[in-house]
Amino acid sequence: MGSLLRSEEMTLCQLFLQSEAAYACVSELGELGLVQFRDLNPDVNAFQRKFVNEIRRCEEMERKLRFLEKEIKKDGIPMLDTGDNPDAPAPREMIDLEATFEKLENEMKEVNANSEALKRNFLELTELKHILRKTQTFFEEAESHHHQAMHDPYLAEENMGLLGEEAHRAGQALRLGFVAGVILRERIPAFERMLWRACRGNVFLRQAEIEAPLEDPVTGDQVYKSVFIIFFQGDQLKSRVKKICEGFRATLYPCPETQAERREMAIGVMTRIEDLNTVLGQTQDHRHRVLVAAAKNIKVWFIKVRKIKAIYHTLNMFNLDVTQKCLIAECWCPVVDLDRIQQALRRGTERSGSSVPSILNRMTTKQEPPTYNRTNKFTSGFQAIVDAYGVASYREINPAPFTIITFPFLFAVMFGDMGHGVIMFSFALWLVLREKQLMARKIDNEIWTTMFGGRYIILLMGAFSIYTGFIYNDVFSKSLNLFGSKWYPRPNPYTVKGEGTLQLNPANTTINGDPYAIGIDPIWQMSSNKIAFTNSFKMKTSVVLGVSQMFFGVTLSLFNHRYFQRPLNIFCEFIPQVVFLFCMFGYLIILIFYKWIHYDSSMAAPSLLIGAINMFLFNYPDKTIHLYPGQQGFQAFLVVVAVLCIPWMLLVKPFFLRYQHRYGQLKSLTFLNGGQTDDSEVAFVSFPKSPGESTNTSVQFKHQQLSVNSGDLLNHDQEVVHNEVGAGLHHEEEEEKVFDFPEVFINQAIHTIEYCLGCISHTASYLRLWALSLAHAQLSEVLWTMVLRIPLSINGYFGSVMMFFVFMAWSSMTVAVLVVMEGLSAFLHALRLHWVEFQSKFYKGEGYKFQPFSFEHILDYGGDE
Amino acid sequence: MDTPVVVGIVTAVWAFIGIVLPILVQFFMWRSPNKGILQIMLVLSAVCCYVFWLTAYICQLNPLFGPQLKGDLLRVIQQEWKP
Repeated sequence: MGSLLRSEEMTLCQLFLQSEAAYACVSELGELGLVQFRDLNPDVNAFQRKFVNEIRRCEEMERKLRFLEKEIKKDGIPMLDTGDNPDAPAPREMIDLEATFEKLENEMKEVNANSEALKRNFLELTELKHILRKTQTFFEEAESHHHQAMHDPYLAEENMGLLGEEAHRAGQALRLGFVAGVILRERIPAFERMLWRACRGNVFLRQAEIEAPLEDPVTGDQVYKSVFIIFFQGDQLKSRVKKICEGFRATLYPCPETQAERREMAIGVMTRIEDLNTVLGQTQDHRHRVLVAAAKNIKVWFIKVRKIKAIYHTLNMFNLDVTQKCLIAECWCPVVDLDRIQQALRRGTERSGSSVPSILNRMTTKQEPPTYNRTNKFTSGFQAIVDAYGVASYREINPAPFTIITFPFLFAVMFGDMGHGVIMFSFALWLVLREKQLMARKIDNEIWTTMFGGRYIILLMGAFSIYTGFIYNDVFSKSLNLFGSKWYPRPNPYTVKGEGTLQLNPANTTINGDPYAIGIDPIWQMSSNKIAFTNSFKMKTSVVLGVSQMFFGVTLSLFNHRYFQRPLNIFCEFIPQVVFLFCMFGYLIILIFYKWIHYDSSMAAPSLLIGAINMFLFNYPDKTIHLYPGQQGFQAFLVVVAVLCIPWMLLVKPFFLRYQHRYGQLKSLTFLNGGQTDDSEVAFVSFPKSPGESTNTSVQFKHQQLSVNSGDLLNHDQEVVHNEVGAGLHHEEEEEKVFDFPEVFINQAIHTIEYCLGCISHTASYLRLWALSLAHAQLSEVLWTMVLRIPLSINGYFGSVMMFFVFMAWSSMTVAVLVVMEGLSAFLHALRLHWVEFQSKFYKGEGYKFQPFSFEHILDYGGDE
Repeated sequence: MDTPVVVGIVTAVWAFIGIVLPILVQFFMWRSPNKGILQIMLVLSAVCCYVFWLTAYICQLNPLFGPQLKGDLLRVIQQEWKP
């Protein structure tokens, strides 16, 4: 089964692309998304690469598009997203696109500049209009002041007679100069103070607020302004006042003195404002039209430009072979997909109209290929949580298919409540059934993306929680009685008075000997010593499940050893590991089951925990109850065997390897690869070479001696060609690798210690299954006892009213604390159990992920490159 | 319910899910790419769920002590849960 159990078989390929066809071929490969290109120019600066100009042009185009997008968003025009996936346009079309964007950008810039100027004009005119209105009152007041001043006897005597009233008024009016203007409302107090101080109180300020807010042309904000008018005498004050106005950024306007002039000016201003309004409106319309036209295509343009950029980045990674005028690329691709890649290359060559076909060459190499796991929407979540710990080494067993079931199961053992399980399951079901709509909405929130990505995981977690809740017999801390309880109190019930309790004796208070059919008996929920019983049950279940999972992990390592053909590992690691685990904990599991079956309440049952401790200390006090005859001897034997496994794991392999190394490789191939440490090998069989030929271990391709279609050497399919030069023998010559005995020994020692100590500590670590499920059950019970039971015990209508409000509290706490918080906690612990306890038995996780050049991936993540 | 009956029925159910169904899947779905995953899922869930039920059942076969109940509850149980 090749699908998800191991990562796909990968091969390193060389592509020879005609320069004209290169662009189209890369475009086709990007649509296919199955090859990962290697950078053949790693030491070349980004600015010295071949296609840096094209990339610069693409970035310039992107900048223009972003500017357009911002303008479109500012106007609130919806951008059409047809979900189209246009192909990357040919290089010729790129020039057309550039011209279009340039034109659009220029138009928008022009329109914006015009509109800004128009708005500024409009603002000035509006302010002038307000000034003209407000100053009317000021002048009237000022004139009345003049009249009063005139009737002042001190002044009146001098000017009586000759000049008359008008002359007086003119005289008075001439002496008072004024400036009128508009200032921001917030600045008025400071302005007034400054005027008073600077002019020593000899100026007279009047101000009135403009009710309607005005639009600031630069920022587009609405601001409140006030009209002011300052009266002063003399030129010195005038210049001082003007400077102060400048400092406070008040705009001054010429205001005519006589009322008639003012009225004329007002009329003129009104007409000009109307004209401006019309022009402004038309400008906005024009801008809107341009943007609407652009909005139709902008998403498509974005996609096209991103694709072009991606293609040129990829082309930058190729090597240019000037003698043969073609580009050379190296890429990793899955073996099973070579056909599709060939087809894509052919399509690309046809599209570009080139006559020379592109060539795909398979190469052999010692480098480790990337790990590629083909997942669908269901398995991708589980693969992601496995990869989060470490990407699998090439072609080792992938824990993900097993994680699909074991992870939700262990979660459910810790979560075990039917009611909460139903809540979780229905939530996940809604997410799954509404998948397509929810994906189309493209919600950006990180928490949502995480939860939505894990919807299938949550679905399974909920489903298994319902099952384990059924077995634990726990529905929101209440039990179901579906099959009839096994316990029935026989003694005279009237002997127990008041608050007293009676402990039922299993011997005479059961109906018959048959336990509750599926799950824990419902009577335990109501008893005071429930925890004593469930502790024993849950602890032993945790140990059983934990040791089984660890056994499973060790067995998977056997499959790895067999696949990578390391029989030495099977003998020196797998067998002692299994024996050690069995002697210590497999035996314990057998004892657990034996004690459950064999002992009932009439017998004195020995404690398993004390028994296990005594087993390892070889301490058998006289009064010990034995589980079976000959227990002492058998247990001693087991301990001795387990202890013997330790030097077996530690010493055999390093010394055997040293022996092998010393006496050369005269033996068959099967033991040769034992000479490695556990580095993964890529090893594909090439064709047999003559023995004396020197092997070239470098993988870099040499441009000369290209052999094409040497079909007589091959026994495989004709399409794929093996390259002669640059391939290494698949079995390593020992003189290449120096055999370092101390290093091998230390590695082995670390491995042994890790395993042996790990066995004990990991078994204890599995007890968290018990701990979390106890915590969950207790929290649930507390919520019932302290919250939901209170209104139920109140009689009458008041009770039902209270119930309404208390239910609100109970349900929100159930969801927030028990489902979300406990769910996250159990998720984390189940994850840790998988990553550390399960995977440390077989998983190396030293690979790197296959990241194909795929347009879909680039467009989804909107990134560069 | 009798012990052998219960054990027999539950074992039969999980054996069906864990042994018979994967064999059927092998024959009816043998071209599908998801065949392997489905088989692993069926076998693993059958094994896990069966072991879990088995431990819960066996630990109650011969209980070493009984539940401790209050007097009122005892009387109610005697009334309501008459065998």
